[in-house]
Amino acid sequence: MDFGFSLSPSSAIELDTLDSALYRKLCRIEPGARTCIACGSCSATCTAAEHSGMSVRKLLLGLQRGRKAEVERMLSNCMLCGKCTMVCPRGINTRRVILTVCRLYDNVEGTL
Amino acid sequence: MIDRLANGFDPFVIPFMVGMIFVLAYCGIGILVILFQLSREDRRRFLLSLVKPATAWKNIKDIFLNCLIHVKLWKRNRVLGFMHSSIAFGWFMIIVLGHLEVWLFVPERIRLLYYPIFFNFFVAETETTLQGAVFFFLMDFFLLLILVGIALAMIKRIRSRFFGMRRTTRASLLDTIGLYSLWSIFPLRLICESFTAHISGGSFLTVPMNHFFRWFFGNELNYLPTWWAYSIALGIFMLVLPFTRYMHIPAEMMLIPMRNAGLKVRHPRRGFARIQVLSCPGCGVCIDACPMSVRKENLKDCTVYLNRQIRHHNERRITEISEKCLMCGKCSEVCQVGVDGPLMRLKQRELKKYSINQHYRNIRPDSFPVEGTGKVLYFAGCMTHLTPSIRKATMSLLSKAGIEARMMDPDGGLCCGRPMLMAGRQEQARELIRLNTAIIRASGCDTLLLTCPICYRIFKENYKLDGIRVVHHSVYFNELIQSGLLKVSKDESRTLVYHDPCELGRGCGIYEEPREALLAAGNLVEAHQNHAESICCGGSLGSLSLNYEKRREITLNAFENLTAEQPDAVVTACPLCLNTFSHYADRPVEDLAVVLDKASES
Repeated sequence: MDFGFSLSPSSAIELDTLDSALYRKLCRIEPGARTCIACGSCSATCTAAEHSGMSVRKLLLGLQRGRKAEVERMLSNCMLCGKCTMVCPRGINTRRVILTVCRLYDNVEGTL
Repeated sequence: MIDRLANGFDPFVIPFMVGMIFVLAYCGIGILVILFQLSREDRRRFLLSLVKPATAWKNIKDIFLNCLIHVKLWKRNRVLGFMHSSIAFGWFMIIVLGHLEVWLFVPERIRLLYYPIFFNFFVAETETTLQGAVFFFLMDFFLLLILVGIALAMIKRIRSRFFGMRRTTRASLLDTIGLYSLWSIFPLRLICESFTAHISGGSFLTVPMNHFFRWFFGNELNYLPTWWAYSIALGIFMLVLPFTRYMHIPAEMMLIPMRNAGLKVRHPRRGFARIQVLSCPGCGVCIDACPMSVRKENLKDCTVYLNRQIRHHNERRITEISEKCLMCGKCSEVCQVGVDGPLMRLKQRELKKYSINQHYRNIRPDSFPVEGTGKVLYFAGCMTHLTPSIRKATMSLLSKAGIEARMMDPDGGLCCGRPMLMAGRQEQARELIRLNTAIIRASGCDTLLLTCPICYRIFKENYKLDGIRVVHHSVYFNELIQSGLLKVSKDESRTLVYHDPCELGRGCGIYEEPREALLAAGNLVEAHQNHAESICCGGSLGSLSLNYEKRREITLNAFENLTAEQPDAVVTACPLCLNTFSHYADRPVEDLAVVLDKASES
């Protein structure tokens, strides 16, 4: 039966295998990332959401939980359109968050 | 005129000769390196353009008008224009007249590089060369012109506001050396020509000064040190020239033919870009123009400093400046030599490598079917979806005018690709362009209507939609009003001010149509800086690194500029400008479509 929604399969946050270097570096470059209140405005407006499940809120959570595969999949369809920046109540430069993650994803030590 | 010295040489010419040979060699090698850096196609195009009579003539005309007369500067500020053209044109005439004198009076010396410059030292006036008087007069006249220009330049250093400039660039050490040697060249020339005026002849400036000097010093042996000083000043100036902003003098003469040949920046450092960087005179007109300059910490993020950092190979700052820019295009609009700052930054952004590269292979164009048969296709775009009043007003106006229109993205579509393009990610932008083109072609429309100038610009510039008219709503609605299809009643009591969005105005050259349309709905006043000089709202997607708080002052300054005449409402034609201004506005900010919709009858 289709209720129009589904439940996410259960998952665990494995802090002992978590490497948060990328998240820390991201917060140094765009300190606004730390101020996200996970309101979901970005998820609701995202142009790429229906194609790759993109959401800056989830992206930030994913980075903190070490869910790299999910982060990579979400980012793959981002169009940098800037709707998330426009609606963010915290004024986070979400486009900078996205570009920084894309740039440093495999190369955390790399220069910007 | 006869040669005074049999061998036509004196050791004082050595500093000048060293400088001159160095500059000629530097520029010669530089031209070869830059030609080598151009792509094969660009090089061919450039060299061919040099022999084509039409472009050759245009080159000469442009070099004369821009490098010598400084026409663009005159239009900006007359004192500033006079200052630059008096120095440039005066100096040019002194060099030309010097060569003419040598060619007429001592033609056998024409091969000596220094002879035209130090002509008055090497010759003596004779009975038969009184015709020389006209040359003496002209020489003194142009020297006086230059000296006036130099005096103005000195005043400008102290008070730039007299010249309509609030801020000027801070000179580097070498620039300062170049500046002082340039300033000293002409007073020294006056003094040394005055010392020898009773031998070689002179005119209204040099002859009276000669009498004074001889009365004062009495000893003719004094003149040699001044000729030495003159030669040393010239030598120093030419030795430091390649490393200072004065490099713009030779570089601009190269930039103009290259631009006339249709060359564009392809790499941020090499080839044409290099010539652009060297042509920047560091005048600092772009500092006042840059919307970021309202913030003190962003003062050094404008194009003149980008050019300087590129010359100094400061990679960290080059990246920082390139990513911060709002890409509003005002710096290149006001630039006197036509340096395309935004394009340089864009090319710099394109050099960046990413670990995650977006792709849209999983998105199929047929998942965005366009229903209906109307010939007008309306693409709202991302930004308009967040400002639904614009979308609603546009659809309402279309139905009032009896036009059957369809929406391309009623439930949200794809991005037009311009944000990706401005982030320097051409590959991704191309993919989005391909997808959107397929959707548009499948709809069978003949007109594509856009309410967002960001979309409009990429559809106009980068999409290949032959047979389909791409039109911005300000232009389209103005046509409907002028043709009588749309009836709009004018509210005489309401004054409006129109904000030129960067992408629509400077980007696509649309200034008058929105104003004409608005005139049908209310009275129009102008912002303090308008049309091509309008100020970016600060919300631009062009900037990759500027965050919300830092944009605040930019927006407030742009808004203050708009409301100088105290209008009742601010009208714009861009959803992003609308959204940005709305955060801080003290009076209604509306889109053009909303204003027209309210004023039109059904």
